[in-house]
Amino acid sequence: MTKRQTETLVGLFVVLGMLAILFLALKAANLTSFSFDATYPLLARFDNVGGLKVGSPVKSAGVTIGRVASISFDNKSFQGLVTMQIERKYDFPTDSSAKILTAGLLGDQYVGVDPGGEDKNLQPGDTIKMVQSAVILENLIGQVLYSKAAEGPSKESTNKK
Amino acid sequence: MTVTEIPAALGRRALAIFATLGHSAGFFVGLVRSTPSGLRRFYLTIAQVHAIGDRSLSIIAASGAAVGLVLALQGYNILSRYGQAESLGLMVALSLARELGPVLTALLFAGRAGTSLTAEIGLMKAGEQLAAMEMMAVDPRIRVLAPRFVAGIISMPLLGAIFSMVGILAAYVVGVVMIGIDSGQFWSQMQDGVDVIKDVGNGVVKTVVFGIATSFIALYIGYESKATPEGVALATTQTVVVSSLSVLFLDFILTALMFSKP
Repeated sequence: MTKRQTETLVGLFVVLGMLAILFLALKAANLTSFSFDATYPLLARFDNVGGLKVGSPVKSAGVTIGRVASISFDNKSFQGLVTMQIERKYDFPTDSSAKILTAGLLGDQYVGVDPGGEDKNLQPGDTIKMVQSAVILENLIGQVLYSKAAEGPSKESTNKK
Repeated sequence: MTVTEIPAALGRRALAIFATLGHSAGFFVGLVRSTPSGLRRFYLTIAQVHAIGDRSLSIIAASGAAVGLVLALQGYNILSRYGQAESLGLMVALSLARELGPVLTALLFAGRAGTSLTAEIGLMKAGEQLAAMEMMAVDPRIRVLAPRFVAGIISMPLLGAIFSMVGILAAYVVGVVMIGIDSGQFWSQMQDGVDVIKDVGNGVVKTVVFGIATSFIALYIGYESKATPEGVALATTQTVVVSSLSVLFLDFILTALMFSKP
């Protein structure tokens, strides 16, 4: 085999390998959604952040507008302090509200931002005042059981006897 | 055997292991040092990439396809039980990019390329070619070992990526074409759950580490083999055993470092 043939084959091999890495990055991991846009921070205090994680998406109208940058415990108000990095091209009115939602019934949790109607926009570092905490499934079940118990024995159970 | 001989035998064994470790570490430093000079004749490295990388391509691609097919079939069985068959793509892509791609590629690489490296170096030594080079003031580490070492490090990540890619495509064939999972769901769930740096990037880092380990072990064992037919045969066997075990242990250490945090 000549030198040139060897070099060509090695070149093809390297190109194929690079293509495979590109495939993994773009098709399997979606590098394209990776955003390098400038962002600004917004804060929100939740009574319960549930299963929210650093890196969870922040969505408005279902579109990802940013990511959760950090989650910490505020020892003054005893709430979870969530810092979100919002892309700079999106502005929200000062009376916007934030809530922690779940994708699907048991999916990952994300922050949903509903825009308000004020003329002024939230500035970097501002806190979103109106918040709604994560729905904890256990609490929900507990409430259902509690209200059932408060109603007393239901008709169905009495009929069975 | 007297009682005192038992600890003596144990101590002799331990000393031998430590001596091998120290000797191989010295060999590794020498190999890394001679790498820049070895790269000066880059064609030698290219020829080795051809021998190591190109020729391993078919076995890597075939194994990747087989693993992807089986993963998709088995994964579908379990996931469909929970009504999550659409996450098949995510499951296959994560397991391939994080673990199976790098580890299986390294094991195949040790069997396919590592053995041939060991046998080649061992026979060169048995034929006194290496000694002849030294006589001509040519450092065999620069001329023979360094190009093979670099070629192994170049080839492994590329082969690992090809393995994962072929595996994912094979899973696509089983999942979407044969079973009939929605193609959009298959890709979007995968893209949602696989992180470029955390999963794909760490997988590539793993393959680089395995590439260094397997090629180094193959070269060291070949270089230190006894210059007899039995010595070369033993060395090839040792290469497979030692590289496979080191790959598996290194994988555990790397996984613990990379993925222990959720």
